[in-house]
Amino acid sequence: MSEVSLAQEFTKGLWKEIPPFRLVLGLCPTLAVTKAFETGFGMGLALTFVLVCSNVLVSAGRKMIPAKVRVPCFIIIIATFVVIVELMMQAYTYPLFLKLGIFIPLIVVNCIVLGRAEAFAYKNGIGASIADGLGMGIGFTIALSVLGSIREIFGAGTFLGKAIFGASFQPFTFMVEAPGAFVCLGLMLGIMNLVGSE
Amino acid sequence: MGDLILLAISAILVNNILLIQYLGNCPFLGTSKKMDTAVGMAMAVVFVLAMAGIVTWIVFYVVLKPLGLEYIRTLVFIVVIAALVQFVELFLKKSIPTLYAGLGIFLPLITTNCAVFGVCIINIDNEYGFIEMLVSSIAYPLGFGLALVLFAGLRERIIIGRVPTPMQDVAIALVTAGFMSLSFLGFKGMI
Repeated sequence: MSEVSLAQEFTKGLWKEIPPFRLVLGLCPTLAVTKAFETGFGMGLALTFVLVCSNVLVSAGRKMIPAKVRVPCFIIIIATFVVIVELMMQAYTYPLFLKLGIFIPLIVVNCIVLGRAEAFAYKNGIGASIADGLGMGIGFTIALSVLGSIREIFGAGTFLGKAIFGASFQPFTFMVEAPGAFVCLGLMLGIMNLVGSE
Repeated sequence: MGDLILLAISAILVNNILLIQYLGNCPFLGTSKKMDTAVGMAMAVVFVLAMAGIVTWIVFYVVLKPLGLEYIRTLVFIVVIAALVQFVELFLKKSIPTLYAGLGIFLPLITTNCAVFGVCIINIDNEYGFIEMLVSSIAYPLGFGLALVLFAGLRERIIIGRVPTPMQDVAIALVTAGFMSLSFLGFKGMI
């Protein structure tokens, strides 16, 4: 695998196939944890870790995993790393762990992780799989951070917990409620399509 | 009894799993283009989730808790659900072929449906007793089915409408889901 194509595998996750928008996978955490920048970013990092690790292990074991039982194997590999993330976050970033709550164990059933294991890591070498996992993970983190920032700034008038508008600012609470997540993501998707099509 | 009814209403409407708790959104967008697939998916989720809820609850309280292994519940639950889905598929194929024909293609997808896994975790996190768990495992997927079928009806209409090109398909579907979610938010005052 040459240098150029490794870079290609990496960068495709950042724009061309940026996960929640282009692939429309892994929507649940995208909608649920983007109430603020901090939670979106934390979720993105947790997912990146799981994605890279599971990609490495799936890629390393791709000769040993029989095709017929590959999906259960992938799920067990992914679940193992999710448990590791869960315990680590509980130990070191407890407040964030409480905020993300149920969505940490739910990384197990995140379609992006399973999708990359199935569509990429099972067919490619370790180097390429790491690049792919990193690219997709960082793309996902960027997407969640941007969405989280938009919703936090307009919905609460804060960024990273600090007020950025004057005292007269009336928060647009619609954005931090459930419907705001759907509408905001839908509009972002539309903008991405508009920019991408030119 | 009153508490249980309250729990059911809260699970179906107030805390609707799709629109308020944001679980199971991938199949929500994936299978809501046509009414048939939406109904099939909704039925499959009700069927599997009721069973998965019971089994994971029993596994947690009978096996994991006495052994002090609560921290690997994620790993255990996903394996249990995957095995259960496989088992249900085989069982239906053999004994109720008509139902299998209806649910068929949706069953494997359910393993990675976060709604199923999510409700199993919710049951444990909220420390529900057996009866409460039973009600929540049935009410949540009913809410899922309700939202999915209503949404499929809306989406069939959207296809006829003239939507600007960049907003077509998923983008407009998400915005529509947002407004549906807004209307479900109105149920908040009920409880």
